[in-house]
Amino acid sequence: MASTPQDRYGRVQRIVEKEHAVVEGVDLPGPWNRMFEQRVIWDNDTDGLDRIRAIPGAESLGSCYQCGKCTGVCPIDIVGSYSPRKIYKDIQIGIDLMESPDLWLCTTCANCLRVCPKEVNMVDIMPAVREQAIAIGSHVPPELAKAFENTFRHGNPMGEPARKRADWAASAGVPVRILPKQPGPVDVLWWVECYPSYTPRGQAAAKALARLLTALGVDFAILGAEEKCTCDSQRLAGERGLFEMLAEQNMKTLRQYQFQRVLVTDPHALNAFRVHYPKLGGTYDTIHYTKFLAPRVAELGLRKRIDAKITFHDPCYLGRHNGEYNAPRTLIEAIPGATFVEMGRCRENSYCCGGGGGGMWLDSFTGDHVQERLSERRVREAVETGAEILAICCPYEVSRFEDAVKTTGNSGKLAVMDIAELLDSARQDA
Amino acid sequence: MRIAVLLKQVPDIVEELEIAADGRDLVRDDLRYRLNEFDDYALEEALQLKSAAGTEVVALALDGDDVDQILYTAMAKGVDRAIKVSGGGEPRSARAGALMLAEALRPLAPDLVLTGVQAPDDLEGQLAPLVGAALGLPHANVVNGVTLDAGARTVKITQEFSGGLVAHLEGQLPVVLGIQASCEPPRYAPVTRVRQAMSSGKLESVSVAAPARAPALALRRLAKPEATGHAEMVGGSVEDLADRLVAVLRERGFGAKS
Amino acid sequence: MSAEILVVVEHLQGKVTDATHEALGAARAIAAGAEVVAVLGGAANTGLAAELAADRVLHVADVRLDAYSPDAYESAMRSIVAARSPRLVIVANTTVGMDLAAGLAALLGLPLAAYCVGLRADGTTLVATCQIYGGKVIAEVGLDGPAIVSIVPGSFVASHGDGSAVVETVAAPQITTRLRLVAYEVAPSADVDITKESVLVSVGRGIGGPENVPLAEELAAALGGVVSASRPVTDSGWLPKSRQVGKSGLTVRPKLYLAIGISGAPEHLQGMKDSELIVAINTDPGAPIFDVAHFGAVADVIELVPALTERLLG
Repeated sequence: MASTPQDRYGRVQRIVEKEHAVVEGVDLPGPWNRMFEQRVIWDNDTDGLDRIRAIPGAESLGSCYQCGKCTGVCPIDIVGSYSPRKIYKDIQIGIDLMESPDLWLCTTCANCLRVCPKEVNMVDIMPAVREQAIAIGSHVPPELAKAFENTFRHGNPMGEPARKRADWAASAGVPVRILPKQPGPVDVLWWVECYPSYTPRGQAAAKALARLLTALGVDFAILGAEEKCTCDSQRLAGERGLFEMLAEQNMKTLRQYQFQRVLVTDPHALNAFRVHYPKLGGTYDTIHYTKFLAPRVAELGLRKRIDAKITFHDPCYLGRHNGEYNAPRTLIEAIPGATFVEMGRCRENSYCCGGGGGGMWLDSFTGDHVQERLSERRVREAVETGAEILAICCPYEVSRFEDAVKTTGNSGKLAVMDIAELLDSARQDA
Repeated sequence: MRIAVLLKQVPDIVEELEIAADGRDLVRDDLRYRLNEFDDYALEEALQLKSAAGTEVVALALDGDDVDQILYTAMAKGVDRAIKVSGGGEPRSARAGALMLAEALRPLAPDLVLTGVQAPDDLEGQLAPLVGAALGLPHANVVNGVTLDAGARTVKITQEFSGGLVAHLEGQLPVVLGIQASCEPPRYAPVTRVRQAMSSGKLESVSVAAPARAPALALRRLAKPEATGHAEMVGGSVEDLADRLVAVLRERGFGAKS
Repeated sequence: MSAEILVVVEHLQGKVTDATHEALGAARAIAAGAEVVAVLGGAANTGLAAELAADRVLHVADVRLDAYSPDAYESAMRSIVAARSPRLVIVANTTVGMDLAAGLAALLGLPLAAYCVGLRADGTTLVATCQIYGGKVIAEVGLDGPAIVSIVPGSFVASHGDGSAVVETVAAPQITTRLRLVAYEVAPSADVDITKESVLVSVGRGIGGPENVPLAEELAAALGGVVSASRPVTDSGWLPKSRQVGKSGLTVRPKLYLAIGISGAPEHLQGMKDSELIVAINTDPGAPIFDVAHFGAVADVIELVPALTERLLG
């Protein structure tokens, strides 16, 4: 009889072995007829699962009945091995989620939630477990910790000085009213957010949108240096305290001004304003810029042709999380000369770019756990459609996809452009 | 057993450093401050020693614009007490500040004092030896390893020299050490804990008298350095740059075509 | 106050350090008639006196000073400086200097100008030019009376002795060894000795993360060299400490030093600025590395490095 071997989780394998066993007329002696005993469900200690389910926000993990529908749609499983079902199974057999790298891979894209018959809600579970992990001193990936610290200190995850937040506006080509400097009531408060304010490609999109709004005669203003990150992604990455702190500051700032509605460039800011700020007492009539522009697209004067095949990446936080799929398509289809091509994974089944849920600040970490980046997978899908332009409308995406175009060897084959930039280029007279 | 950690605020170089018109100070209007990076390692080392030996950790800092935030963050990371030290009038020289910290440390009678190896504005010298000498205690700077024997009240230290040379030292507590690197990277303090610290009301304040005589350094002027030389800058797109740099390298005999 | 300039001799593993020769060079340059006195500690190492560019070598004969340890050297130097009241004490801003300079200044109540990169006389005042804020700001301080100065290695021209120094053996004053030296240890030489390589591709924080280090390794291979790094990179564990260039790492003088995403803090420059050809790539046009580099480019490291490799392998 063999010694008590263990499986890869360190559990003893119980073995059944006879000296002789005749199977279909063949005598199998000793080790040849060895079998493992069937494992029984209560072999597994339920402590691990109970501990996770006890965390407020993470209760729904217990509802999982292992059907596997989530695994089919999880963007990370397609380039690695990951899904809520797999996480449930790992916890069940004793893996501590709070010390596991799996804790940081979820982008909260919500594709799993969309298909889960039991409504296991990773968008609530992962942030709750992350928050708990940070509180008990689990190792926080350094890139993410830096983003948290930068946001805390400077109001943006890049660590750029707050007072330079509106510097981009000086070269927008049109006047951009900065509310603290020119106070007074305004119709539309445009919440620009961090990536459009501070990154070169983001600034290009912001300037384009400023020109579009001006062309439409919109009465708009930005908050400039008084605007601070809405921190929705930091919240999802486990820093609820940081989210609440900046929400309080932002709401206090907003109370000083009079405006009818809030226009956002960033679907993550949309999510913060629509879903989470009301829980803290701040209710704002918030609209994404694509939804704002779509009904007025005919007024934009789109005269210059862009003769190209254009495909569109539905941002997780505009589409699945906030229900808007049509407005961006309306805008793209209004561009003269453009041929719109749809990717296979579109609309509700859109494939995450990898930036949400803290993913923007976990690239060096995630790289160790996937065969290729989510953004690279998505770019290859875009190229397969024959598209020459990948249109986007979330500021996380442009740098992720442009990097991916290079690293997948598609330089020169696919351009990545914000819808605002596309519309702006189509506006100039031919 | 009590470990004291000395924390210092330094300008956050996210902002460009500008010299004031009179050349005597930096332009401080837009300056933000942050914890001196090496003091963060000293704090982490103290907290690691606390985990290992159950010591008490007390953080001290001289008052300043953003010092409260620094001390709250230290509290959020797990120090047992945080003390802001004020006094001494304005302007306060770095030597006077070191003497004030030494004064504040005396009633605490710490067994070990840790601070960072250096700070960016250490014109008048590094804090660990200044404080150690003021307290009449043995001190060592550029330390990258600390092991305590609480029972025997001894400490083992590794002091780092250049080129991979390391000295192993031993001594009786109390000692003052300047930390070059902590055994683990500085931990993250969740914002929730920092906010809890802010509303806990537990930040202590002490006032110490200005030191009778602190040797003053006669600062004549501050200036931006004039570069004695500068690189020949190559411009253009990434493709242009790559072409031109490779041409320069090949001209000089590097990266010959195989 | 005597007209003496005292230099503390730093010797490690039986050799006088280059920084000491630079300190003596600095002393000689502003001596202007003052006597340059080198203080050499150790029981039986008077043989080292011949290489010191001093007028006088005070040999403090005590076995406790054979190898440097903080308390022994500080206590010995304190007595000597107190007794001799020199115009200036010069130490190098090395580990030894980072113990001694401030410690002596505090014990003796003397002003100290640290991170000094230049010294000149202005009448009877000695003016020290010092680097602060990572080299981004310089401070000029005036020293009218007895003072201590710690100099940044690599800032002054070294001066070597010709054996003409008068050697005076002095009795060891009160020496305490509250911190006892147990042993010195040389880190086992790891994979590569970067001081022996003629081409170094050196990475700093600007490389972004450990996952990008292979880009530098490919470029290094294409150039027939190896990868080295600045302190933040080795501290973060992206590369082993044996690859570290700089004050707390190794000093290198390769034929080609490619600085990738390195800002050029003084501690790093100290370790590589004598390289024959320095090419720097950084996203910050104001990075101090461009002051010592021969060629520079403001570019995204992640984009440019693979483009260089591609052409070299061409």
